Amino acid sequence: MGIDAVLEDRPSASQRIREVPSHPDTVPLAIDDLTVAYQSKPVLWDIDLDIPEGKLVGIVGPNGAGKSTLIKACLDLVPKASGRVKVYGKAYSENRSLVGYVPQRESVDWDYPVSALDVVTMGTYGRIGLFNPVRKKHREEAMQALEHVGIGHLAKRQISQLSGGQQQRVFLARALAQDAKLYFMDEPFAAVDAATEQAIVGLLHELKEQGKTVLVVHHDLASVSQYFDWVVLLNMRVVNAGPTEEVFTRENLKATYGGKLALLDEAGQALRDSLR
Amino acid sequence: MSESGTLLADVLQVLLLQTHNTRTVVLSTALLGMASGLVGSFLLLRKRSLMGDALSHASLPGIAIAFLLMVKLGGNGKFLPGLLAGGTLTGLLGVGWVMAIRKKSKIKDDTAMGIVLSVFYGLGVAMLQMVSSVPEASAAGLESFILGKTASMVTQDLVLIAGVASLTILFSLLLLKEFTLLCFDETFMHSLGWPVQRVDTILLILVTAVTVIGLQAVGLILIIAFLITPAAAARFWTNTLSHMLLLAALIGALSGWLGSSISALYPNLPAGALIVLVAAGVFLFSMFFGGARGVLRRGWLHIRLRRRVGRQHLLRAVFELLEARGEALAGWPPNEPVKLEELLAKRSWSHGRLKQLLRQARREDHIERAPGSWVQLSESGFAEAARHTRNHRLWEMYLITHADVATQHVDRDADLVEHVLGVELVRKLEQKLTEEGVALNLPASPHLISKTVEPAS
Repeated sequence: MGIDAVLEDRPSASQRIREVPSHPDTVPLAIDDLTVAYQSKPVLWDIDLDIPEGKLVGIVGPNGAGKSTLIKACLDLVPKASGRVKVYGKAYSENRSLVGYVPQRESVDWDYPVSALDVVTMGTYGRIGLFNPVRKKHREEAMQALEHVGIGHLAKRQISQLSGGQQQRVFLARALAQDAKLYFMDEPFAAVDAATEQAIVGLLHELKEQGKTVLVVHHDLASVSQYFDWVVLLNMRVVNAGPTEEVFTRENLKATYGGKLALLDEAGQALRDSLR
Repeated sequence: MSESGTLLADVLQVLLLQTHNTRTVVLSTALLGMASGLVGSFLLLRKRSLMGDALSHASLPGIAIAFLLMVKLGGNGKFLPGLLAGGTLTGLLGVGWVMAIRKKSKIKDDTAMGIVLSVFYGLGVAMLQMVSSVPEASAAGLESFILGKTASMVTQDLVLIAGVASLTILFSLLLLKEFTLLCFDETFMHSLGWPVQRVDTILLILVTAVTVIGLQAVGLILIIAFLITPAAAARFWTNTLSHMLLLAALIGALSGWLGSSISALYPNLPAGALIVLVAAGVFLFSMFFGGARGVLRRGWLHIRLRRRVGRQHLLRAVFELLEARGEALAGWPPNEPVKLEELLAKRSWSHGRLKQLLRQARREDHIERAPGSWVQLSESGFAEAARHTRNHRLWEMYLITHADVATQHVDRDADLVEHVLGVELVRKLEQKLTEEGVALNLPASPHLISKTVEPAS
């Protein structure tokens, strides 16, 4: 039995009667019924999520909860088994210019022979378009973005000669150069120094003030209520989502972190067995 | 005398491209070298170096099949474009298999390549044997695709090579931005909605083009070295992609030019081997002497840092010993001799290391000899010592007041970092600390300096 067939057979979830939500252009991100599976391993189940505009959203959950996968599914970087994602009312592929992305820092080889400015200029590539040349204007935009994150003086430095925090800032500057309305950031706070952490927090608030929406995969529970005004508690499914003060509670955290979701685990195992 | 005279004349004649045949051979291998340097750089940065190897080995059966087909159709079995087209086909088939194996199974890249490469090569060798027994035409010369033989090339072949090489160079320059992004951050490229797969395929086509047209000159076993070595050598000299590409193209061209020239002088030596040897020579030279990441430069930087750290530790140790005697007048202790045992007890130096440091300090005029096992700072040494100690304290203060570091952890960090503090940063520290009213003459150490054990006299 193929995976799609198995997923079609899911009880209740797809059968439950639900109003088909309409997503006006003002909702930065609307996720309906999203399921993602890597080969036979289910990662995200039945995600329904509407992110309001102008919020700093922390995506929180234990390791393997599918936090990065959620972002990647929104950006069409991993195939969806089911469901759909709308960015400002349209499919992501039609609204790419509104989205900025900060991947995990370890996802690239920092020994690559390019300068900090070169990397940030990549943020303007979406506007430049395929096969068109990079112009002075684009480099200047990239330079502004670098200065914005406080490392303009390192523009010509080769990226391997930057500290971890500086490398993270380069990635943030690249996303700024994308000049988006909705940002996805995959663990920007991972292994950075205190100064960079403060710089990132400052940047997040600036983006919020400009009415932009930022989704941040975050690991440090202690700083969640300080940094984010909206939280998504994730563990393969959305345990809860909403304003931080309402959702970020002891009980909800327990539901997110405590105890494996035995039922889903079992279902996953059955799925794997059926594919053997 | 006259013999070496003619040899020299021969060498010059070849190197300066004076005969028509060598001119075309040398020029086209040089162009090929440029193309392979460029394309090889991207292959290296994409961490797909061995892809070229699978490709070239997998081309052999295609060459044999093409020969057979062309003979059966009544044509010239050695029509080069036909042979190369056959090689391209099976070469790409081989690469396709590698990719399919990687995608569909849990077998890793290197294993998949090892399997495909040897299977296709084995098949190719067997087919060459079969082909050579075809009565209609002589297949002699086909085996030159294995090790390369420039001597068998005719002008049309060279024109083909030069043309394809030029196109390859043109395309890799036109797609510079796309290839750069592809090799650096594929995921980000995906998120922009760019056709990652298609750009990757174009890169593969360029690699294929260089590999296939290089088969005749360098041979399928060695072409991989021609692809990768110039790029790897160039990487030692620069941290800038455009410079790396330029340099790789130059090194490739140089290898092609020198290698095929030598081969023209000694026709028994296969050109492919010589080209690769020249490239390897440049690689070794770059590895040692490369200005950006060469072994010697790295070693030298390490030695210099070690020396600087050692010097600063010694001077500060003496200075702090003097301070500890508590006879300070107006902040600065008097410059007096200190005992070697005191110094040894202060840091974890071995006798040998301390002697080495003292020798170095004496050379730099920082200490003066004192009778017996005593040393004393010279005037300039004392000033240096005061300066280093001050920097060290400034840094410690900075860490404590600005970076939330527990006091007892500071000393180690400062040891590591202050040695690379520039003038600019020291100035900033002074400014910051002045604002906070810290005395700048010589702030007291913010932590307890360990008292040394008094040596028994």
